Amino acid sequence: MTSSKENIISQLHREILSLQGFKTTRSLTDIDLGFGQITEAFPNEVFPLAAVHEFINVEEENEAATTGFIASIISALMKNGGATVWVGSSLTIFPVALKTFGISPEHIFFINAPTQREVLWATEEALKCEGLAAVIGEIREITFTESRRLQLAVEKSRVTGFIIRSSPKNHQVNTCVSRWRISHLQSEPKDDLPGIGFPRWNIELLKMRNGRTGSWQVEWTMGKLENIPQVVLHTEEGKRKAS
Amino acid sequence: MKISRRWSCILKKENVKPVDMHRRFVTIWFRHLKTDWISIRRPAFAKLPFVLTLSVHGKMVITSANALAEKQGINIGMALADARAIIPSLEYLDDKPEPSGKLLQSIAEYCIRFSPAVAVDPPDGLILEVTGCAHLWGGETDYLTLMINRFKGMGYDVRAAMADTIGAAWAISRFGQSQFVIESGQQKFALLHLPPASLRIDREVVELLHKLGLTQINDFIGIPLSVLRRRFGESLIKQLNQALGNEEEFILPVQLPATFEERLSCLEPIVNIAGIEIALRRLLEILCARLKMEDKGLRSASFKCYRVDGKIEQISIGTNRASHSIVHLFKLFELKLGTIEPALGIELFILEAAKVEEAPPVQEKLWKGTCGIENIKFLELMDRIAGKIGTANIHRYLPDEHYWPERSIKSASSVKEKSNTEWKTDKLRPIQLLSTPQHIEVTAPVPDYPPMNFRYKNKLHKIKKADGPERIEQEWWIQEGEHRDYYAVEDEDGNRYWLFRSGHYTGDKRNQWFIHGFFA
Repeated sequence: MTSSKENIISQLHREILSLQGFKTTRSLTDIDLGFGQITEAFPNEVFPLAAVHEFINVEEENEAATTGFIASIISALMKNGGATVWVGSSLTIFPVALKTFGISPEHIFFINAPTQREVLWATEEALKCEGLAAVIGEIREITFTESRRLQLAVEKSRVTGFIIRSSPKNHQVNTCVSRWRISHLQSEPKDDLPGIGFPRWNIELLKMRNGRTGSWQVEWTMGKLENIPQVVLHTEEGKRKAS
Repeated sequence: MKISRRWSCILKKENVKPVDMHRRFVTIWFRHLKTDWISIRRPAFAKLPFVLTLSVHGKMVITSANALAEKQGINIGMALADARAIIPSLEYLDDKPEPSGKLLQSIAEYCIRFSPAVAVDPPDGLILEVTGCAHLWGGETDYLTLMINRFKGMGYDVRAAMADTIGAAWAISRFGQSQFVIESGQQKFALLHLPPASLRIDREVVELLHKLGLTQINDFIGIPLSVLRRRFGESLIKQLNQALGNEEEFILPVQLPATFEERLSCLEPIVNIAGIEIALRRLLEILCARLKMEDKGLRSASFKCYRVDGKIEQISIGTNRASHSIVHLFKLFELKLGTIEPALGIELFILEAAKVEEAPPVQEKLWKGTCGIENIKFLELMDRIAGKIGTANIHRYLPDEHYWPERSIKSASSVKEKSNTEWKTDKLRPIQLLSTPQHIEVTAPVPDYPPMNFRYKNKLHKIKKADGPERIEQEWWIQEGEHRDYYAVEDEDGNRYWLFRSGHYTGDKRNQWFIHGFFA
């Protein structure tokens, strides 16, 4: 009884979403983007492709974590040989490391645009190109109008865009479907081995259109995001508070 | 334009009555082709005796000498040391074998204004078939004088001759004394007093003839051919027959590369951008139709606007892949149209495709697929971005066989370039690499151990976990310097850094720790 009721509710929920103009890209739903538990927060439990996602970096070190997280997403998107365009004004990406995330770095074009204005222009042009796997733009400040332009571009071309904003000054409303903040967590070496372990990130989803927000603590292992068991996390938190 | 129309009517005439026409040839001999070319480009050399040399078995041998040097007794084939004994102040330059062929080819292309059939005659001559051309230039003597004067004006020392056969013209241009235009049918008499070398035969044969006292063509022209053949071989007979006109000789004319250039002149000067756009679109339509018909595409093009006040405004574009798509090319030009200043108006537009390549037709896909890096749409996107931001700012990286981190990647030169090495994933590498390592202050108590803490951008980081050291040596054949000991470290917040110590541990000395990257 209850299960059928739940079914009906989820069915209605989906209908409402479609009435609101939200479309899931059916052909891509079967690609496992390796989000693990985070998918719960997405509308219809599918990561919204053909949309622009926004990532905020507060500190310089967050950039590396954000880049790693985005690399883990686009590695799945680039599986079928699509090209990716990475636009920025001072790019520091080291392509060798992208290979460890399962990406073929030779399929990525890095565009070093001298000014923010040109970064924005190149990002928009790239987002208009149908069939690209992903477009990443390192744009510090973006106004509502500018984000609207990007949104219109992806609605037509069905390309997924990522915007990385490092220490932005304005936090105005924009049309990006989501806003993320990724930061590092202390790693935990397996079996008390010496050295540094797999990267661990604290993923904060600050905004998700038609979905919900949340925060997850994950570890990037063997090409997948894995949730860190809560117990470990508590001790971790406890340790940090104590120290 | 005018000239080509002239030729077309001549060719038509020839088609009507080819038999009556006596064939006429001009040969031009550049006496100091290479040295003249250098004197034109570097006027300082024009008044000095100088030679070009080539190293043969460790000896500098003169391969060409200019007129001033020759006058003082310097010959081709002489050793440079001997030549400098004659003229101590003799200048010499290295001879490069390539330009002579290219130079002759370009001069031949220039000569197409004199005759439609021009052939190169290496190493330093040209052959022109001028049948029916001379009357257009006011007679044969005027025609020949005009040609010689043109080249003299350019700075080349030339001799030219005209005759019924190539052989005769060649002989007269090299060895003739006074008469350079040989009347039709008179080549036999003109040749009589010339030395046998004028017949374009091997040196051995020439020497043999001289040994036998046959120093003029006159001396052996009466000897029966069978006797000559037995003594001096087939080549002498052939050359003699060709020079006298008993045997046909053919030339291989140079072909001008087709130029893809379209022009549009306007009745009223154009002053606004809408007009310029219309002109550009119309020119593109004509040019692209031509390119498409020949299965070609352009890689670079320039659009020139000739203004009323005599100035030329120009914009250029380049593409990653040969293209004849009007829409795409227009978009590329559109990005730069704003830089054209029409001022008082533009009266002539010229669209010129500087680089044209074969563009095999691509099969259109019926279904929408993913867009790889060799997809046309993607390449067109890259062309647009390159047009605005510059090709130098667009990179695609390939692995390179170096351990040194900065050299482990290289920028691909084209979209098609593939690497023959694999990406290395066995070592931990940071996702962000600083273009130049930044200096940091560290506390490292024990040699060859990772530091305890470090200060970067005025913030103290306490290191909790570390991996390393990974020693990367300098590649001494590229660059000299200290090796690097890399450590991957994690601070108390979980942020990860790639640090290195340059050189060995020195204890009390500082200034040798650097931060080079950030791990994900």
